[in-house]
This record gives sequence, structure tokens and C-alpha cells, in this order.
Amino acid sequence: MKILVCVSKTPETTSKISFTDGGSEFDTNGVNFIMNPYDEWYALVRALELKEKAGGSVTILNVGPAANDAVIRKGLAIGADNAVRINAEPQSALFTAKEIANYAKSEGFDLVMFGKETIDYNGSEVGAMVAELLDMPYISFANHLEIDGNKATISRDIEGGTEVAEVETPFALSASKGLAEQRIPNMRGIMMAKRKPLTVVEPSGAEDLAVTVHFELPEEKSGVTLIEPENMEELVRLLHEEAKVI
Amino acid sequence: MVLVFAENTKGNFKKVALETVTYGKKTAEVLGTDCAVLTIGTVNNAGDLGKYGASKVYNVAYDGDFDSQVYTGIIAAAADSLGADTVIVSHTSTGKSVLGRLAARMNAGSVAGVNAVPTNDGTFKVTKSVFSGKAIAAYEVKSEKRVLSVMGNSLPPEETGSAVEVETLNVDVPQGRVTVKETKREEGIVPLPEAELVVSAGRGLKGPENWGIVEDLATALGATTACSRPVADSGWRPHHEHVGQTGVAIRPNLYIAAGISGAIQHLAGVNNSKVIVVINKDPEAPFFKAADYGVVGDAFEVLPRLTEAVKKMKA
Repeated sequence: MKILVCVSKTPETTSKISFTDGGSEFDTNGVNFIMNPYDEWYALVRALELKEKAGGSVTILNVGPAANDAVIRKGLAIGADNAVRINAEPQSALFTAKEIANYAKSEGFDLVMFGKETIDYNGSEVGAMVAELLDMPYISFANHLEIDGNKATISRDIEGGTEVAEVETPFALSASKGLAEQRIPNMRGIMMAKRKPLTVVEPSGAEDLAVTVHFELPEEKSGVTLIEPENMEELVRLLHEEAKVI
Repeated sequence: MVLVFAENTKGNFKKVALETVTYGKKTAEVLGTDCAVLTIGTVNNAGDLGKYGASKVYNVAYDGDFDSQVYTGIIAAAADSLGADTVIVSHTSTGKSVLGRLAARMNAGSVAGVNAVPTNDGTFKVTKSVFSGKAIAAYEVKSEKRVLSVMGNSLPPEETGSAVEVETLNVDVPQGRVTVKETKREEGIVPLPEAELVVSAGRGLKGPENWGIVEDLATALGATTACSRPVADSGWRPHHEHVGQTGVAIRPNLYIAAGISGAIQHLAGVNNSKVIVVINKDPEAPFFKAADYGVVGDAFEVLPRLTEAVKKMKA
């Protein structure tokens, strides 16, 4: 089976978020970047497990500048066979999706995988867009995936429960927690990653139709009001009269 | 024209659908146009969506399985035949599965998870929460066609009008390729992403046998229960109750957390809550920094007391 895993580069969860130029640009100064956890822990690792079981190949793809190569090499160190980087600084989900689809359309992938969302823009858009552009079925928020021949059985998160669906390859999916367990690259993987092919592809030049123009930090909390543990009537009164939430 | 896709659960419209219709109506006002609403499949009282701002409600007959390609085909065809340039869905598991497809199909600028009504002073701008709640971003949509998904609990449903007629819309329904074998949903509770009140607990509760005091408080408040990651990972509580970075992101009016220290990954899933109450016996727990109200005390004593106080207030 030929699998494509699309990966994003995101700031680490614990990063301090700030902006420059009066709130127009994200301040990357001092920010540590990682592979988006949903892409790495769940989508990539499940792809590798499927390959280990049934053979085939796992390609990882990133749309980004040369600075992203470190993140891509980590994916190769974890076990992907080869990598593709589309050489562009993405500004919108549709741009990213069109570039991915433009590359993938002639490659004959059986399965195209994404994380359920990135932890920076939290959009959950690119997977569905690529599926549409490649005319593939799309299963979002997959927490379990088994493939037998060309038949896949997938369990996915829905509000307050799960749904089990069947679909045939080729298809696209987005991965949520439960699909696989995080793998830490070992020294051999890291050494091998240096020799694995990383192909750089120039973008086709898709248009950006929706872009960020301004960022703001949320209002700071004014500080915690402490209530004595013996006096829960007071907490209820505050929630009812002051906060007006109950 | 604005077209809102109002999703139903077993034929009924939940609060999240009413919020999205209200959002659609307010967006239509900003754009100086009408808000039509599309429903798919057999639904009850669809005309009542007029009360929340639908100028007209359309229905497409399709009672087959949920398949993002089929829904996208129906919604895009409806937008096309009605001449809608702005399509709005809810930011739910269904909405998120079709939003990207619609944007690609319509070649429309898209913003996922918007949290406020757009502005339009020549340029169409709308905001959403980014960096897992650590910032708010304003987007400009440059294209003539736009698709948006509305984050739950961003604005309350508003009854401003009256019921309208429901018209059957005949569009080509594409052949689906996804078969749904089973849907498991806990009945009788408000799912976490839609919940206004949430009571959550962590490792401080020591074991699944102690969850009675959490459930008692949730019942007294009419709240949904949630838990931290270690609790779900240990199998004390079901996976779908896990709130945080890798679990469900929520934005209730009130989030009560007992015995949860407040790791940054947990905060990423709950920091859009309007009011946070933290109960922890460790005064140094980092969660207190993100809390509005704090109780330094033992959850085993505080939770039952809080439950009694809530019952007394409601009596």
C-alpha cells in the first residue's frame, strides 16, 4: 500500500505566543518548532504500522520553506521511506491543499493521512480540501483504523461518542488520539534519515483566498478569587450573582 | 445570499444548529441580504428555524449514511441553485468534515471555527481563536465566495422571528462511498463540545470508584462530566470525556475542575471557558493561575459540599 502522510510544522505546545509589527505577524523569536503532534503521533505512526504489516511505502509531505527540513527529517527518522517538501510559505489552508493535491494527483496513493488539526491554527480544513481535490472519500477524527485488502474499517470521534464506518481505498482520513501511540526515533533511525530522499518540489502558485491580517492576545484573567473550602454557599452565590453562569 | 446548513441529530435540531442559524442571520444583516437555511433528510419542525432568523428553510431528501462527499455535493448544489455566495456550517464533527470540501469545491475563502459575527467595510473580516486559545486572529476573506464554520457557544441562539415554510429542494444527490456500520452516542447528556456547564476531575480523585461525587455535582447543576488525560488513559473514564490538547476542546460558560493540576496541554482544551473554578488541595497547582475562582481543599470534602450548596440554591 502506498501511503502519503501530510505533516505540518507548529510551535511547541508550551510556547509563549506573541506578535510583532502591531499584531500583524506571529513572533517566532525563541519559539521551538515541532511536527504537529496529531500528524506525528497518530497519522504517521499508524501509517508505519500498516506498512510494517502489509508492505508498501510511507511518504511524508510538508508545504514549507527549507527551514522545515529538520522537522521532515524527524519523520524520516521515525520510519517514513521518503519525503517531499513543496517549497512555499503557506498562508492559507486552500493554498496548502491545492499544492498537496497537485503533487499527489499523479502519484497513485491508496491512503492520504492528516492529523485532525494543527495546534496553531486549529482549522481541521486541509484534509477535507485535499480529499475533495483528489475526489476521495474522507473520514475525519479516526481513532481506529484496520485495512484488509482494499477495505478499511474506521472508528471516528463524534460528539459524545463514536461512529464506525467502512470505505474502500483510495481514501483520505484525519487522525485523532487513539489511532496509534507516539514513537521516539532511535539512533539508527536518525542516522538512516540522513540518507533517505527528500525531494523539493516548486509550488504551482495557488492563490490565497483567506488570510490572517491581525492577531490579539485574549484578555488576561484578573486573578483568582479564593473561597474557603468550608464555605461552598459563597462559591455558589458568586457563580450565581457575580459570574451569572448558574 | 447566505446559506446556513443546519445539521440535525435523529431529525432534531440541537442548540449548536440554532446558534449557527442565528450567526447566519447576523452575517446576512452585515452583508445586506437574506439568510436561507438548508436541512438534509427527515427532520422535525424545520420551519421553526425561521424563529432564529431563517428567511426560508429548504430540505433535501437524503436519509443515507453520513458521507462528507454526499453532504458537500448537496450543500454546494443548493448554494448554486439558490445563488448563495456565503455558506455557513457548524464547527462540529459533521461541519468540519464538509467545510474544507466545500471551500475546495466552490473555490471559496474559508475560515474554520469563527467566534464572532463578521464585519464588512469593503473587506470581509472575521475572527477565530488560534494557538489553542492563546490568541485571537482576524482573517480577511478576499474571494466573492466564502465558507465559514461557527464555533459552538460563541453566541446564544436568538428567537427574533416566526416559523417559516419549508420547501423541498430537488438537487442531484451524489452516490456515497462511505457506509456507516454503527453509531454509539451516550443518550440523554449534552455532548462536551456543546455543553454550557462542565464538571471535570483528574487523578486527584484517586480511582474510577470515586466518580460518584463528580456525577452528583454534575447532576445537581445539569452539567456534563469531563476528565483529564491521565484519567482517560487509565481507562477510569471513557475517551470522549477527555478534555485538553489531544482530547476535546470545550468552551462552556462554567468549567469546574477538581483534582486537576492544570498542565498546559489541559489548559489548551479549556482556556476558552468563560468562568473556571479550580478545586485542588495543592495551593501551588498551576491551574489556579488560569482560574476565576479557586478552592484550596480536598475534593472529597469540597465536591459534596458544593453539590449541597447548589441544591439549596436551586430549591
